Amino acid sequence: MLDTNDIGKVFDPITASVEKGQLNRFAKAIGENSLIYIDDATAKNSGYDDLPIPPTFLFCLKMDVPEPFGNYEKLGISLKKLLHANQSFEYFNAAVVGDVLTFNSVVEDIYAKKGGALEFLIENTKVVNQRDEHIADLVTTLVIRN
Amino acid sequence: MVTFDDINVGDYLPVLSTEKISRTTLALYAGASGDYNPIHIDIDFAKSAGMDDVFAHGMLSMAYLGRLLTNWVDQRSIKKVDVRFTAITPLFSQIICTGVVQKKQIVDEQKIIEVLVEAKDSNSGEVKISGTATINLTENRSSLA
Repeated sequence: MLDTNDIGKVFDPITASVEKGQLNRFAKAIGENSLIYIDDATAKNSGYDDLPIPPTFLFCLKMDVPEPFGNYEKLGISLKKLLHANQSFEYFNAAVVGDVLTFNSVVEDIYAKKGGALEFLIENTKVVNQRDEHIADLVTTLVIRN
Repeated sequence: MVTFDDINVGDYLPVLSTEKISRTTLALYAGASGDYNPIHIDIDFAKSAGMDDVFAHGMLSMAYLGRLLTNWVDQRSIKKVDVRFTAITPLFSQIICTGVVQKKQIVDEQKIIEVLVEAKDSNSGEVKISGTATINLTENRSSLA
């Protein structure tokens, strides 16, 4: 069972560099073949400083740590019961290859439904770059099926 | 790329069809995304969790929705994407992404479009992901990319 005392818990910040090889592998994995996401020159001609990260890739950078589920497991969540319920991204500035992004996450809410058969955890994440520019806000809702 | 003036409520975005999701697709996505949750790549783990087999990462289909949007508008115009994962995507599914314009309005002199986006199974039509994307087309980037 999750503990509502963990509402407000602040996770350790995660810092991740945006690397070209990583973006190329991601583009291949999702079938992305628009040149703007794979060719530096096209990206630069389109006004980016370098290859841009695609819309959902921030979620991946946030997992760029040795134990990406460690924060959840420490709260008592088993990967066997975990599903992703909702995800939102709100964007403020572009992020490109060479940027170093910091993810600051906090447990926004924990609640149960169906008498505890389903538990929900909402995590809010603010992403900033190396110049402390606000890149995006992520809201992740996880559901635990007990 | 489309401009604000070109768009009307009820317009459909060009549909995005994707390849059938294989075990390789999931292995590639796990490696590229850093999401190594074994439920998506290890059949033994999936069975121990009560599933018949591994199933696709929800974020893979959300990445397809991202492609749907960036095929239509410049990514810098996308201000928000908010989705709900409504069903698990089994192995060997093929995902079709669709979008329809729900709102077109000028708010504080900003040209805002709201699109309903969905990722569906191409055979059953079952909706896997449903949500909205908010797009700001005030800056005309149609000359770019």
